[in-house]
Amino acid sequence: MSGDHHNTDDSGPAARVKALEALLTEKGLIDPSAIDAIVDTYETRVGPRNGARVVAKAWTDPAYRKRLLTDATSAVAELGFAGPEGGHLVAVENTDRVHNLVVCTLCSCYPWPVLGLPPVWYKSFAYRSRAVSDPRGVLEDFGLELPNDVEIRVWDSSAEIRYLVIPQRPKGTAKMSEGELTAIVTRDSMVGVAKVEAPRA
Amino acid sequence: MGGMDGFGPVVCEQNEPVFHADWERRMYALVGPAMGAAQVNVDEFRHAIERIPPARYLASSYYERWIAAAETILVEHGLVTREELIARQDASIDPRQIANAVAAHGPAPIKDKPGSKPPRARFAKGDRVRARNLNPSGHTRLPRYVRGKTGVIARDWGVFVFPDTNAHHAGTKPQHCYSVLFDARELWGKPANSRERLYIDLWEDYLEPIAPKPKAKSSKRKNAGKTGRR
Repeated sequence: MSGDHHNTDDSGPAARVKALEALLTEKGLIDPSAIDAIVDTYETRVGPRNGARVVAKAWTDPAYRKRLLTDATSAVAELGFAGPEGGHLVAVENTDRVHNLVVCTLCSCYPWPVLGLPPVWYKSFAYRSRAVSDPRGVLEDFGLELPNDVEIRVWDSSAEIRYLVIPQRPKGTAKMSEGELTAIVTRDSMVGVAKVEAPRA
Repeated sequence: MGGMDGFGPVVCEQNEPVFHADWERRMYALVGPAMGAAQVNVDEFRHAIERIPPARYLASSYYERWIAAAETILVEHGLVTREELIARQDASIDPRQIANAVAAHGPAPIKDKPGSKPPRARFAKGDRVRARNLNPSGHTRLPRYVRGKTGVIARDWGVFVFPDTNAHHAGTKPQHCYSVLFDARELWGKPANSRERLYIDLWEDYLEPIAPKPKAKSSKRKNAGKTGRR
């Protein structure tokens, strides 16, 4: 390639993506309607609500919790959730003594079927670099301070396993239904950078 | 990037949308079908991202890195040319206006599958291992921050395609992948908190055995691999 010709990188991202999609469509290599369907799936149908349903069920159904901890891929599939980046799911549970935190230092691996696509902070260099070397500091960035005697387990998703944190069920939620509990489980709590808070009375 | 310094605090955007621009939407959804058409596996795609020159990598957003990787792969596989990409970027054609495009390939998963003959596990839960100090010039999923460090096998996840060869079409080399537990002090030195542990998933070829007792120095055991010990 001649070095004096202007590089594709000189164009803005929108123009580059448009060019890619147009060329691939023209050549019959992709189908724009398939692209639309994928966008729709991840923008409207797959997201942290899925994971919240898994967690709420684990909180209210001890047999399900056990299945989830033994074989998360199958337990998650019971609720109808599966797909790319979800072929090998593992659930890790927070307790009074142990707090789990998930990261991908090499890229941005994330359990899509239960959490959707990762937020920008999860893909940021700050998170990818420091979650392993200074997890307590990273948690403080999120306003979460853990007692020193709590063990922090950081999971670096360097292979094909994708991790889902089962946060602790907050106190004062004993009377809440599974559906009500689903509504309070946040994305951040399932990555391990937050706790689930009980709704204010 | 594990263990690098200087990127500042983690900043969390409130009520963040799934995509921040329409081109991100299209780019995200394009990659699966496009890589399927190019018959590219996930490891090759990841390696194309890693091949972005470091200064540009750090200056690019997540989906900008996907654009660069997709362009690289599609050009390398001869599906499009750089000239075509540049010419098309200068024209203002809405791709949606290209009617009746027939897709030769549907959205194909970009995952590869392990081979059929599962190899035996060299390590078992509780075995002490050292992450090899490998520095390949190609793709690897062995992060720098664990190289040369000592840990313990926490779990055997089963057999997976080996990314280091798969990314380069040098075979799938299926092998066991393990959850390996490292103490924070082993990774980051004495000042690290003793209540912090790191679990990372490492392929068998990344690991070497360590004799369980330090006394068994140079007893020249031929097969230090202890195959089949479960």
